[in-house]
Amino acid sequence: MWQGGDTPGEDLAVITFEHVAKSYPDGTRAVEDFSAEVPVGSTTVLVGSSGCGKTTLLRMVNRMVQPSSGRVLLDGRDVASQDPVTLRRGIGYVMQSGGLLPHRRVLDNIATVPLLEGVSKKDAHGRALELMDLVGLDRSMARRYPHQLSGGQQQRVGVARALAADPAVLLMDEPFAAVDPLVRRDLQQWLLGLQGELGKTVLFITHDIAEALLLGDQILILAPGAQVAQRGTGEEILAQPANDFVRDFVGLAAGERVLHPSGSGDRTVLLDAQGRAVGVLGEPGQHR
Amino acid sequence: MIQLRAALDWLADGQNWTGAHGAGVLVWQHLWYSLLAVAIAAAVAIPVGWWVGHTRRGRGLAVGVTGAARALPTLGLVTLLGLMLGVGLQAPILALVVLAIPSVLAGAYSSLEAVDPQVVDGARASGMSELQVLSKVEVPLGMPVLVGGLRSAMLQVIATATLAAYVGGGGLGRLLFLGLKTQRYDLMLAASLLVIALALASEVVFTLLQQLLTPVSARR
Amino acid sequence: MSWTLDNLDVIGQLLGRHLLLSLPPIVLSLLLAIPLAWVATRVRVLRAMLVGGSALLYAIPSLPLFVILPLVLGTGIRSQWNIIVALTLYGVALMLPATVDALAQVNPRVLDAAQAMGYPSLSRFLAVELPLAGPTMLAGLRVVAVSTVSLVTVGAVLGVPSLGSLFTDGFQRGITEEIVVGLVLTMLLALVLDLLIAHLGRLLLPWSRPLRRGAVGQGAP
Repeated sequence: MWQGGDTPGEDLAVITFEHVAKSYPDGTRAVEDFSAEVPVGSTTVLVGSSGCGKTTLLRMVNRMVQPSSGRVLLDGRDVASQDPVTLRRGIGYVMQSGGLLPHRRVLDNIATVPLLEGVSKKDAHGRALELMDLVGLDRSMARRYPHQLSGGQQQRVGVARALAADPAVLLMDEPFAAVDPLVRRDLQQWLLGLQGELGKTVLFITHDIAEALLLGDQILILAPGAQVAQRGTGEEILAQPANDFVRDFVGLAAGERVLHPSGSGDRTVLLDAQGRAVGVLGEPGQHR
Repeated sequence: MIQLRAALDWLADGQNWTGAHGAGVLVWQHLWYSLLAVAIAAAVAIPVGWWVGHTRRGRGLAVGVTGAARALPTLGLVTLLGLMLGVGLQAPILALVVLAIPSVLAGAYSSLEAVDPQVVDGARASGMSELQVLSKVEVPLGMPVLVGGLRSAMLQVIATATLAAYVGGGGLGRLLFLGLKTQRYDLMLAASLLVIALALASEVVFTLLQQLLTPVSARR
Repeated sequence: MSWTLDNLDVIGQLLGRHLLLSLPPIVLSLLLAIPLAWVATRVRVLRAMLVGGSALLYAIPSLPLFVILPLVLGTGIRSQWNIIVALTLYGVALMLPATVDALAQVNPRVLDAAQAMGYPSLSRFLAVELPLAGPTMLAGLRVVAVSTVSLVTVGAVLGVPSLGSLFTDGFQRGITEEIVVGLVLTMLLALVLDLLIAHLGRLLLPWSRPLRRGAVGQGAP
């Protein structure tokens, strides 16, 4: 398994957006002028409301969308110069509600790309079973069809399928948006653990700021037209929101994320905007 | 193509259209049989279909009848009734009615099913009686679908009416079978073209009727 | 039953001929509808033309079509080819719109996912789009099978032998039993072919079977 890139922060970009823009014939401008770098082995989250152009950006990476201007580089090479089919087989793609093939069993779904690449059925299935272990799916589910799984299980299959060709890059398009909140929390924690193990370069799309703060090493908050309102770590964004848009988006303006210390007893209790206790203040340097 | 020319010449000759066995009478008979059969089928099947559609009772049976009718060979029905009822008009008309009923029935019950249940619910909630719900909401809104059922019944009947001549009835089939017996391919062709013209004319009329009856709100 | 028992060999022959006239149109309508539907779903103008043409074709009554085809095909009026070609045309007129609808119903997200995984466009159509359209197409094919078997009988009035010959012969000789046997066998044949196609469909499209109760959502979320 691919194990490189244990050093996030090292300025080696795997995906580079260079002044990309996308406008449609009807005049809508989904992306105005967007530049960003996705560093190797880390998770970059694009977060914004629906229609802000984040999905368009993601789909430029595997050439599902062609930019009107600008370029997208993958490992320093312009994706526009690469054959789309070969390119896509080398990039893992997880979409909302899985996008699994309803007429293929779980095992064949996971093995889709290796089978397309001409790997023998036996090897592809063997690898698919290992991936089922990796994503925490019982091997007994291998012979089921996607509709015979729960929403959360389908998402795990979706992730396993994306990992099947062992790609260095994973694109995740709101993968957990369609599952219920409890399962979503489970899946988010699971993905964090998995990412700690695999260290893929992940570009993750969400409209949920909590999810972005949880998963993102780097977070880009997008305003309509994919204009970057702020980029940084979660800590930086919460500590120094760049403008009212960001303050509003992350919930600081309405006071949702503001905690008040209440100093009774030997520990500092933190209260939320409504005065409910949500936790205690830890010692400095104790986090993570 | 010489045959086609001969058929068209036959059709263009005014003499062939007059007289007791002229094409004019045959077209008229063909149309008359078809309209009569569809009218009788409508009188029987529309109330039943509305009842099924409104109460949602007996739907399985109605669907079954419609499906089984597709497998029923029309020629078999025409000849069977012809043998049982004797030569004349009764047998072919009865056969045509039997063939028209499933399409009309399907049109009638699905016309009510096509109406948005929320609209029906709203009508009931605003205090309409069941009969008012049916007559003021379901039937008018479902009218285009019902006409669609009548349209396919008419098409089916015009096609099958050609076989009526086989058991002694009139209509354009008489010309066709005359041609077959006397080895006059041009006559068969002329008769066929007339039946096709009738079928397409019926389609055009019913399409216009359907458009006319579509509520203004539902038009695109 | 005496007529039936005396004529079992004739009935068997006619049944065989009926089957030989029915099967080619059923199979051909499926095979022709697929590439036509592929074109129709990709070229907007052709879609309107093909679907509109199907409706027009379907409006032409069968007996007149049997009569006209010799003009185009150069066959004799009693040739079985008129029947086979005419019923294939009807079959395509039914299957083409059904296939276009079936392809339109395929979840675009699944197609999108297939493309994102690197399916080339033709194999995406054959391996993903077409199988997913399968259940709806199958329903269309069952209608084609039943109406084809029924329409074959009409050819008997022109002298093309099939189970329909039992109707014409029975009527001319005044044997009610013969007509009833023809009716029953024609409907039985339609039923058998219908069930056969449905069964074949379940074998070929196993995922479309209703799922077992309680199979959903066991184990980890």
